Amino acid sequence: MKRALLALPIATFIFSCQPKPPEKAQEPTKPVEQPAVVEKKEEAVSDKGIGPVTEVQLGPIDQTLVKKGKEIFDSKCASCHKLEEKYVGPPLKGVTKRRKPEWIMNMILNPAEMVQKDPVARGHLAEYPIQMPFQDVSKEDARAILEYLRSVDEK
Amino acid sequence: MLGKKKLMVGGLSALVVGALLTGCPPKKEAVKTSAVGVDAASKVYVPPGKQDEFYVFFSGGFNGQVTVYGAPSGRILKVIKVFSVDPETGYGFTPETRPMLMTSHGFLPWDDTHHPWLSQTNGEHDGRWLFINANNTPRIARIDLTTFETTEIIEIPNVAGNHPSPYGTENTEYVVSGSRFSVPVPQRDVPIESYKENFKGVISFIKANEPGKMDVAFQILMPGFNYDLARCGRGPSHGWCFFTSYNTEQAHTLLEVNASKNDKDFIAAVNWKRAEECVAQGKAKEMPATYYHNYYDEKKHMAVSEVKKSVKVLDPKECPGVAYFLPTPKSPHGVDVSDDGEYIVGGGKLATVIPIHSFSKMLKAIEQKAFEKEIDGIPVLKYDAVLHCELEKPCLGPLHTEFDGKGFGYTSCFVSSEVVKFDYKGCKVVDRVPTYYSVGHLLIPGGDTKKPYGKYLIAMNKITKDRQLPVGPELLQSAQLYDISGEKMQLIHEFFTIGEPHYAQAIPADKIKDKVKKIYPLAENEHPYAVKAEKDARVERKGNEVHVYMTMIRSHFVPDNIEGVRVGDTVYFHLTNLEQDWDIPHGFAVKGSEDAEILVMPGQTKTLVWKPKAPGVYPFYCTDFCSALHQEMQGYIRVSPAGSNVPLKYYTGTPPTAQK
Ligand SMILES: [Cu+2]
Repeated sequence: MKRALLALPIATFIFSCQPKPPEKAQEPTKPVEQPAVVEKKEEAVSDKGIGPVTEVQLGPIDQTLVKKGKEIFDSKCASCHKLEEKYVGPPLKGVTKRRKPEWIMNMILNPAEMVQKDPVARGHLAEYPIQMPFQDVSKEDARAILEYLRSVDEK
Repeated sequence: MLGKKKLMVGGLSALVVGALLTGCPPKKEAVKTSAVGVDAASKVYVPPGKQDEFYVFFSGGFNGQVTVYGAPSGRILKVIKVFSVDPETGYGFTPETRPMLMTSHGFLPWDDTHHPWLSQTNGEHDGRWLFINANNTPRIARIDLTTFETTEIIEIPNVAGNHPSPYGTENTEYVVSGSRFSVPVPQRDVPIESYKENFKGVISFIKANEPGKMDVAFQILMPGFNYDLARCGRGPSHGWCFFTSYNTEQAHTLLEVNASKNDKDFIAAVNWKRAEECVAQGKAKEMPATYYHNYYDEKKHMAVSEVKKSVKVLDPKECPGVAYFLPTPKSPHGVDVSDDGEYIVGGGKLATVIPIHSFSKMLKAIEQKAFEKEIDGIPVLKYDAVLHCELEKPCLGPLHTEFDGKGFGYTSCFVSSEVVKFDYKGCKVVDRVPTYYSVGHLLIPGGDTKKPYGKYLIAMNKITKDRQLPVGPELLQSAQLYDISGEKMQLIHEFFTIGEPHYAQAIPADKIKDKVKKIYPLAENEHPYAVKAEKDARVERKGNEVHVYMTMIRSHFVPDNIEGVRVGDTVYFHLTNLEQDWDIPHGFAVKGSEDAEILVMPGQTKTLVWKPKAPGVYPFYCTDFCSALHQEMQGYIRVSPAGSNVPLKYYTGTPPTAQK
């Protein structure tokens, strides 16, 4: 049994004794891609923010949309935003007077990029040091939240 | 004893290798790396920010888990808890997940996982589920590949040592199970010496293609051998599954000697379509049996157990044609079917040849009744009538074979620590490479399907001494990655695995990654104790139970101040993570908790049960670093003496003036 054991490895390893090219330090053949670094020049300041929303048409306040918006707001935003007082995030009463509707929707839909690149959103991070979470809100949902905030500001 | 002997042999061949190699390149360092090609690094280098080409799922062996790696990088991606508890997420501790580990023997938070098996459609991986066996207390688990979580576990009755499992059929109609240790069926108190009369092997087919509905469809009563590994057919052999057996001697003591006497043992060929016919004709007996089926509902975030009371058992004597034995030298371990479905390769751990059976010859032999004899109603086919060829002197201790889709099989050889590549039609060895050391299973991505991705091969080694920095007497097992795209196999990478991985399966990342869930949608959360908006968070007393309906979001809990709990109460913290953003779990731990912490995924609800033992004010906090103000994510719960009447009160922010 022992002899059989020896025989095979010998046969196997004779091949390993063939001369081999000298080993050298390996450079990966492909250039190493750098991890994502924000090195873009400051984007031109736009009061519409950065994100999927470029144009919002506002009409008279749509109460069906307001109702839907309030439901979403209560479940996904109210943990951090009150209307009248500073909480985890800024108070939201008056926000539709202060910011363009596009900016508000982009902030809801694309908070991570907004906080990195939009000067106003970036400024908020110093005051409220929590990255606003994206709450898996669709464009339609964001529009409804906007409508709810408009209705608050109309009162 | 057998294990120890194997160790010695493995060590010996390692020594031989070392000695031989020192004969050519003089330095010891060179010995360790000489088998690696000069361009290896570039073949396995995945730059930061880039992703791997394959998911690899390794069984965790004695840790009861599955570990997920990327290939070719060898980077670890996840540890999936299956037959184990998890102090990190609370799996097996929370009331939601404890039912997953229920069995007819009680709550079993451990097992031995051996063979991951990826679900298939038309004989190809479909990326839906991964199944894995529990050897010790026979169970099969389903892991959902949208969440990489264990979602279903079924116990298998009448079986011990569920080793040839959970290999499945080409449309995932069934996954299989078998007895590595034959036992009395049904279980009863008999002398062990009555093995031959009373012990039986059982092969089971478990319905697998519908989540939540796993079921032991039927069992087949087999002679009391040890059924070791399995593979199901594909293409022409679809409808059949194959199981190796050893100990056809039916020994029950010192198997190392007593189960190695017969020159040939068997591969059992089981025709499950025939079994289905017999079951439909009412030929299976309902046998009383108690076993559990556990299912985790991803919308309720809750597992439920149901207890089953009987199982259908088929006796081959009453269902001719359901099973045949293919004589196979000697103590076969692996049984593997080629990608074209025609060749059945046995790995005889004590054999000097690798027998390759032909499926079409087998059908012909059955038709012509080329039988040697019959055992318990199962015909034994003539060896020469089913054999395609014997691969002569392939290596020592051949175990497992996978296929590359180009006409080649690759067999792992435990004793001589190598992988041999062979042309299975032409029956000749064409290449061999060493492994370091004592290789068990090997895998080729898709190597058990109709369409293998014959690019890589991973060898899983049992012994890794001298391969890594020493960390005490025990070392991790190693996985070695070979490039098999060319004529010659080439070792290009080595990484270390968790547990004692037995087998692994791999699938192109593209087949899974776009289907993976990032969150649990809050709107779909049907957990009975879920709180979907902060305003609904509350505390309720029901007798001695206090139910805290708590929410978590960066970076606070609601409520975060609770009073009115008394010693003697059981507090249920039902936590809902309100986040709807990828990779933002929140943790929860409270001082003095006897259970694990819990880690709650975005949109999920989980419960931590806490029984305070002494009055005081106890802090709780988030354990997962979630934001710049993560440290501030904390709260207090006040515990008063038993019988005191401190009113129940809770808040976050401004304390309420009056009792709620
Ligand atoms: Cu947290």
